[in-house]
Amino acid sequence: MNDTTFVLTLAASVAAAVPIALAALGELLSERSGVLNLGVEGMMLIGAVTAFQAGDASGNLWVALAVGAAAGAVFSLIHAFLCVTLRANQIVSGLALVIFGTGVSTFIGKSIEGEPLDTDFVPTRWGALADLPLVGPVLFDQDPMMYITIVLAAVIAFYLNRTRAGLALRAVGESPATADSVGVAVALQRYVHVMIGGLLAGAGGAYLVLGQVPAWSQDGTTAGVGWIALALVVFASWKPMRVLLGAFLFGFARRANFWLQGEGVDIPAEFLSMLPYLLTIIVLVVWGSRDLQRRVGAPAALGIPYIRDER
Amino acid sequence: MPPSEAAAGSETVRSRPPAIAAVGVTKRFPGVIANADVDFHVDVGEVHTILGENGAGKSTLAAMLCGLYRPDEGTVVRDGSPLRLRSPRDGLAHGIGMVHQHFRLVDRFTVAENIILGDPTQPWLIDPEAVEDEVAAIGERFGLPVDPHARIGDLTVGQRQRVEIVKVLYRGADVLLLDEPTAVLTPPEVEALFVTVRAMVAEGKAVVFISHKLGEVMSVSDRVTVMRNGHVTGEVATANTSQRELAELMVGRSVVLETRRGTTSGEVGLSAAGLVVRDDDQVALDHVDLDVNQGEIVGIAGVAGNGQRRLARALAGIETPAEGTVVIGGVDVTGRGALAARRAGLAFVPEDRLGTGLVPGLSLTDNMLLTRRRAFFVDRKTARADAEQAIVEYEIKAPGTEAEARVLSGGNAQKVLLARELAEVGEPGGPQVVIVSSPTRGLDVGAAEFVRGLLHEARERGAAVLVISEDLDEVRSLADRIAVLYRGRIALEGPADELRLDEIGMAMAGVDPAEVR
Repeated sequence: MNDTTFVLTLAASVAAAVPIALAALGELLSERSGVLNLGVEGMMLIGAVTAFQAGDASGNLWVALAVGAAAGAVFSLIHAFLCVTLRANQIVSGLALVIFGTGVSTFIGKSIEGEPLDTDFVPTRWGALADLPLVGPVLFDQDPMMYITIVLAAVIAFYLNRTRAGLALRAVGESPATADSVGVAVALQRYVHVMIGGLLAGAGGAYLVLGQVPAWSQDGTTAGVGWIALALVVFASWKPMRVLLGAFLFGFARRANFWLQGEGVDIPAEFLSMLPYLLTIIVLVVWGSRDLQRRVGAPAALGIPYIRDER
Repeated sequence: MPPSEAAAGSETVRSRPPAIAAVGVTKRFPGVIANADVDFHVDVGEVHTILGENGAGKSTLAAMLCGLYRPDEGTVVRDGSPLRLRSPRDGLAHGIGMVHQHFRLVDRFTVAENIILGDPTQPWLIDPEAVEDEVAAIGERFGLPVDPHARIGDLTVGQRQRVEIVKVLYRGADVLLLDEPTAVLTPPEVEALFVTVRAMVAEGKAVVFISHKLGEVMSVSDRVTVMRNGHVTGEVATANTSQRELAELMVGRSVVLETRRGTTSGEVGLSAAGLVVRDDDQVALDHVDLDVNQGEIVGIAGVAGNGQRRLARALAGIETPAEGTVVIGGVDVTGRGALAARRAGLAFVPEDRLGTGLVPGLSLTDNMLLTRRRAFFVDRKTARADAEQAIVEYEIKAPGTEAEARVLSGGNAQKVLLARELAEVGEPGGPQVVIVSSPTRGLDVGAAEFVRGLLHEARERGAAVLVISEDLDEVRSLADRIAVLYRGRIALEGPADELRLDEIGMAMAGVDPAEVR
């Protein structure tokens, strides 16, 4: 076994986990409020292309990231308006977001297709720790976003389980009528968390161009990461720390082919690019059955618009 | 309580302002005046019932007292000072708490989590453990045992109601509004609730009890305010009144609570044998054996959620039972679907009127057509005539035969459904077996009487009638024979005249009557 390739693959997996985790944590918050947003891929594309443009113009990494995240949040506002205010079908609206996001990003990205970006994240070396075998390159030679992501997952877990606001959010996703009756602003909660979802998906998209491949490519930049994130939320039973763990797993799956090829195992690239969509299909099967949803821990009101019973 | 004592009691408390009062309140909704110039007050340490039929305005009045609605005119006065409540949360801040008929609880949360949800006085960092002691203490004080760690989804309906009451007590309410609290309870649970209510008033709380059940009203309350059509028709001390007087105030005329019994031919119309329906690993129906003879009404009693809905669906062919057989008019229709059951002579009025019973988006005429014998072309002309006739005969309040079913109120939808299902019952070629779920739920007293009359008529025409209802009084007054469903099993069965109320009550609560005897 080629140790170096394996360690490098692991280190790359951890980096690959970052955009998946960011997008999935955002989607988790949105879904915990009861709004399913299938538009993650679209929001990531918007985040990526705007971050590229902003990075190109400003030369500042953090500005680029903030612009990508903000663009994702603004874009998700469409979904929030359609699903919360107009009570549209969330699946249809989410899919529309993907298609719209693809179109808009193609348009914005026309001039930069294939161009390189000089602004990108560089790994922080934690001194001697980075020289440790295996854990050194995997944990102590990564860019800041990886550490931010891990902290974020912990913060979200704490927010959901231990704070009054988190309790209110969970109540909105489980039983909006109950939450409404005790004075929780259901629509506001949903707007806020759908937009945090957009913000994180946008940040995830931004990271794809800022931290992984510093170039914009319509077909290659997201390559289904949004769909993986969506599936991950379900596989993680809507729990933030499990999302983080799952993201590392999926990150490894996305990078494993380098190592496997070195080992002489040849998995066709087509198969790997199929994976996100395959996972999504499995997840949609889960969604098909209310009963199964309940058992895997889906918020009880997920996907259901809230209509206040006036009389 | 003798009348003299009641008078003396009200004399002493009258010296301080009422805990809560509505002064000349009016509330309008599009097309209706729900409350018209209503006066109402509850003193400290008193149980005051608002009595009235469905739609009399009881819940609207309570909703204004707790802050859910704002009165269009008039004021709500608390301890002598007027209040302008903006929300139920605001009401709670003033010590007014409402326990709704439909519980407002999150199934997947624990009892403690539900109690602190939306409580603005909770710290930013929640600590459910800290709440638990207080919940236990409240439970002790008022006879409301609840396990703070339990998940709501695992609790019985009676336990959930206790959580709701503890919730408002935890939030410091001194005025408790209980909206039809006994509707979902078994007789023993009702007794336990009344003990709690008395413990609360003994501690100086004021309790507003909303009900339309006369027996309960007499036994639990000190005073009664009776409402009809949004108006107050009387306020009396229970010590000085009778059920008959209350009934007259409530419906505006004297009512006959009569019981009629039928005579059966002894021929079995509907028969279920060893019926089992499963939900994954749970058993919804557990070997149910049931025969309904022609010319007889059998009533299925039981607390909601003990398999009534599944029984109706299995018998009507909508659901295929895992085991057992269903025979309608001598034809085995098990697992052959709803059409086969209807062809064998079944008329079915489901619990869910708009949805399962009627198609909300179709006109009355088209809804009438649904159960017609299927020909290739529809005969809209006769169907329209039938719909017209039904509107007249059943006094259905509808804009016309072409109105969509969705615009009908619950009672009128029920009448349309009954008109369709019962029109040809007992006639040659018409249905000989009738299954009706919750026949009078949501209907006012007059309409309910009318519906019961229809069911009696169906029986007299020789039909085998199965009535499934959570209203025990209704089952007892309608049925010749009663079967009690508990957790999907028939826990008790016998002639209506021979079963004692306490026997039925215990069976509904899952107590084996044989053990008690």
